[in-house]
Amino acid sequence: MQSTLFRRVSAALSLLMFSGFAVASDWAERSDHNLRQGVTQVSQEVYDLHMIILWIVSAIGLAVFGLIMYSVFAHRRSKRPKAADFHEHVLLEVVWTIIPFFILIAMAIPATRVLINLDDTSASELTVKVTGYRWKWSYEYLSYKDDNDVGVFFFSNLKTPADQFNTPALEGGLFPYGTAAENYGKESPEKDYNYMLEADKALVVPSGVKVRFLVTADDVIHSFYVPDFGFKKDAIPGFVNEIWTNIPEGQEGTYYGQCAELCGKNHAFMPIEVKVVTQDEFATWLADEKEKAASGPDLTPFASLDDAMKLGEQKYAASCALCHGANGEGGIGPTFVGSEMATQAEHREDHIHVLVNGRNAMPSFKAQLTPKDIAAVITYERNAWGNNTGDLIQPADVAK
Amino acid sequence: MTATTAEHHDHHDDHHHAPHGLKRWLFSTNHKDIGTLYLWFSFAMFLIGGLLALVIRAELMYPGMQVVDPEFFNQMTTVHGLVMVFGAIMPAFVGLANWMIPLMIGAPDMALPRMNNWSFWILPFAFTILISSVLMSAFGEGNPSAPNFGWTFYAPLSTTYGPASTDLFILSVHMMGISSIMGAINVVVTVFNLRAPGMTMMKMPLFVWTWLITAFLLVAVMPVLAGAVTMMLTDRHFGTSFFSAAGGGDPVLFQHIFWFFGHPEVYIMILPSFGVVSSIIPVFARKQLFGYASMVYATASIALLSFVVWAHHMFTVGMPLAGTLFFMYMTMLISVPTGVKVFNWMATMWRGSMTFELPMKWAIAFVILFTCGGLSGLMLAITPVDFQYHDTYFVVAHFHYVLVSGAVFSIMAAAYYWLPKWSGVMPNKILGELHFWSSLLSVNLLFFPMHFVGLAGMPRRYADYALQFADYNFWISIGAFWFGVSQLIFLVVAILCAMKKGEKAPANPWDAPEEDLEWTVPSPAPFHTFDTPPVIK
Ligand code: HEM
Ligand SMILES: [Cu+2]
Ligand SMILES: [Cu+2]
Repeated sequence: MQSTLFRRVSAALSLLMFSGFAVASDWAERSDHNLRQGVTQVSQEVYDLHMIILWIVSAIGLAVFGLIMYSVFAHRRSKRPKAADFHEHVLLEVVWTIIPFFILIAMAIPATRVLINLDDTSASELTVKVTGYRWKWSYEYLSYKDDNDVGVFFFSNLKTPADQFNTPALEGGLFPYGTAAENYGKESPEKDYNYMLEADKALVVPSGVKVRFLVTADDVIHSFYVPDFGFKKDAIPGFVNEIWTNIPEGQEGTYYGQCAELCGKNHAFMPIEVKVVTQDEFATWLADEKEKAASGPDLTPFASLDDAMKLGEQKYAASCALCHGANGEGGIGPTFVGSEMATQAEHREDHIHVLVNGRNAMPSFKAQLTPKDIAAVITYERNAWGNNTGDLIQPADVAK
Repeated sequence: MTATTAEHHDHHDDHHHAPHGLKRWLFSTNHKDIGTLYLWFSFAMFLIGGLLALVIRAELMYPGMQVVDPEFFNQMTTVHGLVMVFGAIMPAFVGLANWMIPLMIGAPDMALPRMNNWSFWILPFAFTILISSVLMSAFGEGNPSAPNFGWTFYAPLSTTYGPASTDLFILSVHMMGISSIMGAINVVVTVFNLRAPGMTMMKMPLFVWTWLITAFLLVAVMPVLAGAVTMMLTDRHFGTSFFSAAGGGDPVLFQHIFWFFGHPEVYIMILPSFGVVSSIIPVFARKQLFGYASMVYATASIALLSFVVWAHHMFTVGMPLAGTLFFMYMTMLISVPTGVKVFNWMATMWRGSMTFELPMKWAIAFVILFTCGGLSGLMLAITPVDFQYHDTYFVVAHFHYVLVSGAVFSIMAAAYYWLPKWSGVMPNKILGELHFWSSLLSVNLLFFPMHFVGLAGMPRRYADYALQFADYNFWISIGAFWFGVSQLIFLVVAILCAMKKGEKAPANPWDAPEEDLEWTVPSPAPFHTFDTPPVIK
């Protein structure tokens, strides 16, 4: 939108401004001081707007600050024992009302243009429905090019294991993770640079295609925010918002975002991971996912209690521990340790029922977990932490 | 009460018979005593709110969860915001209004003294209710959650998903609202009816003008807040679905109602500051306020515009394009009258003969730092960029610049300026200097880097964050502890004044011009002033 000259000048100026803080390439790649430039045309336009307004307000700010400081030094009593006697100046007052007005108009025009462009979700080739839950996202691929019935759906949870963020105070010294500068460029899982940002299953989108997201939520308001694509859109229960992006070819890679509207306890723990791949790779990926979806749930019974417990432990940690505690001790949700629900035989059906269909604040896991997963989790809850009921639930028990 | 008024009629030396002890404070109808109560109350709330903020900053000092649980963290952000907005800043300004408006307009007291007593005494109860929920959460059996949905309490997080203590919150917000409305009505009635003969509207000090306009804003929007919490209450308990899409309601409606209150509310917290600073700067520049009339008009137009910009807090909820554009243009427009104010203060200082006593130091710091906050506000007004800034630490930086280094700094300026009149002694200079410089440096260490982490994409109300935000958060926390400790210095200053320890203050310690009526009465101001109104030339 702005000329390249403008872009170069503003990049040079901003570099200058922040050079005290960071190595240039570091800053450009994953800034920790300035707005991220991002990878799409829109994010670039937004970044340009940001830089113009940043320069305008910096200039005004410096002028105000400078004049006040000048006045403080030049117009103190020791220098000017007698104050001047003026308290009105119509021309001056008109000028400083009108000039800001014109600066604002100059800002409003490009801002309006970007806004109109952002609002236009037409002619998209891929549509993905994004749903926010406490505290995870789900992605449903609705249509891609000519295929209006893609039918691929999955959930995406935080990948970072709890022991990485549960660090008791001051363990590991002043900078337990090292400083950001030391960590720059080191990738997880070894080095945690993307600590808190990685999801267990990424949203996959192709490059060079206009992608439309239909954003909604299942419980409270969340916000779908991926800085590198230059957007943030609230996910509101009962309403569907639209937003689009088009990642240019050559920008394939992984991008991160986070939930940006307070949604309760684990608001900070529901990252968005987007993998941008070429259109060919995307077609292959989509075909794979469709095939998996078509083959129906796996109902082969567990061979032993141990098998079920092993899977159950994983699934419990990923899906249940946030509310019911890592050791079943409870939290937002009730405890399982020795609870009636998890130990008494007559509650067995109810136990399954609650997990499948939800109850009160407890969400339904029907869509998120396969019957096999559900059977494993229930088995786990009824046998772990000294519950030892010996119950082995089979996938077939859940499927009915 | 009747005793006081009776005495007032047949004795010359009233304060001789002023009530003493607990009764003096509980049953007070005296604007000065009630003002004092408000000011101490708000300072106590400031310290409590600050303590909650330090829990937040302790948790955020390092990446990882070290100190509290994310659930408790959310309770801290929520109650911190509520206590600071409704408990610290608003009552501090009402306290200043109580003390100063009658003195500035030559009135014997506020117009409605008994209502004045009531509007103060509601507050300790309201905040006991609110804060009890935090105490129960921290120490109670099973740690029942305190309000945990942010000071903006968006539905359905606060309705369908709100903890049981939400009902305590609703009750206390109602009480705060009643208190504010009564306080505001009192100001309006006093200013309209009790001005000394000859004090026309356009001769009133700007502090009185800005408070008058603030009072109208309060009367207009506090009922809207009351409506919002009442709708929450019925949604929670009486089967309505105002804010629940499942029942045909609309969660976004909540935000429209809240911000229709919320945006004027932010001006309620800043307009009196404008008044304070407009009173202080001319005195220490020894030069008349530049552009008095344009100051009044700018304040009024800010107040009017503040009713048509609310949705700039909601650009990401998905409004129609036309609506978004309207709110963007209006928000940009509001920075014009704000700029006029700043320019007027600069012109007042220009070619003055300035000295830099403590009130002036705080006032100049206010002008500069408030301008920083206003300028980041202008950046936030640019909607496409706000999509990036919204709900990140950039917004947190913005509103703390206007509210802490803005509103709070102006309250400090006011306190140092008027303490001689209130207490009869000069605030301790050495401690005062230490308090000022320590606050000035720490407030910037605390809030400036928030711009950086916000731009880099750290969302607000996060109990934990990715490593790239680590370094700045460390320094922000250091700034926070430093700022917190600095405020204890003021506690000492205030206690020294209350105990009358210090240099005795003359009636007019700052050589204010004689039009400033508050300096024509002795220091400390006697219990009753302006029994016979002064005559204004
Ligand atoms: C030039 C004048 C100002 C403009 C243009 C402006 C603009 C804005 C905008 C657009 C936002 C929303 C940001 C977002 O959430 O994405 C905002 C937030 C905020 N502003 Fe301002 N602002 C101005 C002055 C002030 C003043 C004077 C105050 C208070 C004294 C204030 C207090 C706040 C607060 C408290 C919030 C955040 C509320 C929240 O989300 O918790 N602003 N401002
Ligand atoms: Cu969230
Ligand atoms: Cu606002």
